[in-house]
Amino acid sequence: MKFLCVECDEQMIFEERSLPGDGTLSASFRCPGCERVVAMLTNPMETQLVSSLGIKIGGRAVPEQPLELVRSEMIGGREDAFVDAEPPAAVGAPNASPGVVWSLAAVERLEAVPRFVRGMVKRIYTDYAQENGISQITPDVMDQARSDLGLEGM
Amino acid sequence: MTLKHRTYAELTGTDASRMVEQVTAQLARVAERLAGVEACVAVMSGKGGVGKSLITAALASACAARGLAVGLLDADLVGPTAAQMSGVQATGLKVDENGLDPAISPAGVRIMSMELLLEEGAPLTFKEPASESFVWRGAQERGALREFLADVRWGDLDLLLVDLPPGTQRLIDLDELLPRLDGLVVVTIPAAASEVAVGRSMTLARQRGIRILGVVENMAGYACAECNETRPLFPGNAGEQLAHSHDTTLLGRIPFDPDAAGHANMGELNQLMSHTLAGAAIDAVAQEILEAIK
Repeated sequence: MKFLCVECDEQMIFEERSLPGDGTLSASFRCPGCERVVAMLTNPMETQLVSSLGIKIGGRAVPEQPLELVRSEMIGGREDAFVDAEPPAAVGAPNASPGVVWSLAAVERLEAVPRFVRGMVKRIYTDYAQENGISQITPDVMDQARSDLGLEGM
Repeated sequence: MTLKHRTYAELTGTDASRMVEQVTAQLARVAERLAGVEACVAVMSGKGGVGKSLITAALASACAARGLAVGLLDADLVGPTAAQMSGVQATGLKVDENGLDPAISPAGVRIMSMELLLEEGAPLTFKEPASESFVWRGAQERGALREFLADVRWGDLDLLLVDLPPGTQRLIDLDELLPRLDGLVVVTIPAAASEVAVGRSMTLARQRGIRILGVVENMAGYACAECNETRPLFPGNAGEQLAHSHDTTLLGRIPFDPDAAGHANMGELNQLMSHTLAGAAIDAVAQEILEAIK
């Protein structure tokens, strides 16, 4: 999918993707010539169709996780299906791992995620922090990652 | 007024989403994960209720008993039974950023099944808007199959058996996802109605250039435990007819055996294989398949 600014005859550049939370998706594109920005808005059916293919509009920002489609889209997953659901130790805890750390509030929020997807969500937020040079994951970082990566429902 | 502007192909810049690259990468992950698999064989039937899943699980067990490294992928995502029949308890699967480990059956078969992921009794459903699920349901199931192939650490296998659901769509999905499908085993029952339905599936497989290793006729007679003989059960000889009409081999005839069904329901494939007439017949089919894919 490409977008063309007909007036400038320039291919528009992908700017950002966002998920308002109602099942729809918004992706904006900017013309490098006249700076005009257009937004592609998809309805829930169109959004779902694309995500069913395991494809990310705007490309992938973090690596694909194992069983990402199954874990993020399936209903009725077993709570004990995976052994990666333990939340990370919060910053300052004796068993906190080196590298990216989690604030206590972020850990608490992660604990509210169903165990079926929690391990995957934890890795996605960690990958996002590493990719963006973020040293501590907080609820604000989680919100930003959720928006940037299209993690609806996570 | 018609706007004059360049077409998609005339724009030289890349597609921002790189959709083609994303799909290509998905298939590359499948190929990379299965690089250590010597042979991949699918077991199918165009008809439900022919006992295909029991036969597939028992075949995997029989091959493992020969010392082979065997995997069993349950591609029946809606009605998965491979794990239970193989004696696998649904417990936590080890997963990290590189993939997840399959469950291991008592016979040593590496198993992946939706059964291991779903709450007991829960149907396979996806988050979706309330209507129009027909648009993406097939894509989601295909995506789940792709992830089972690409994300499970199958390791080095002599044989990966894939248990397909009734119908033909999953065979097409599998054929498109796999770098190489080495063969297809077709299961039927003796009845003429099964011959027609299964025959359609075999025709589709041939049209796609998939090698049919042979036909297994299940419920071919009734295995009497008391007299240790097989008595007539259903009329018909669909197995033989299908093998003949599709120029392939009748790999074997498996008698209906209540003891075998009981053992499978309890996840006792070792008992099924060693103590039933059906088990002996399935073991002979396993040998035929292994000879065919040598």
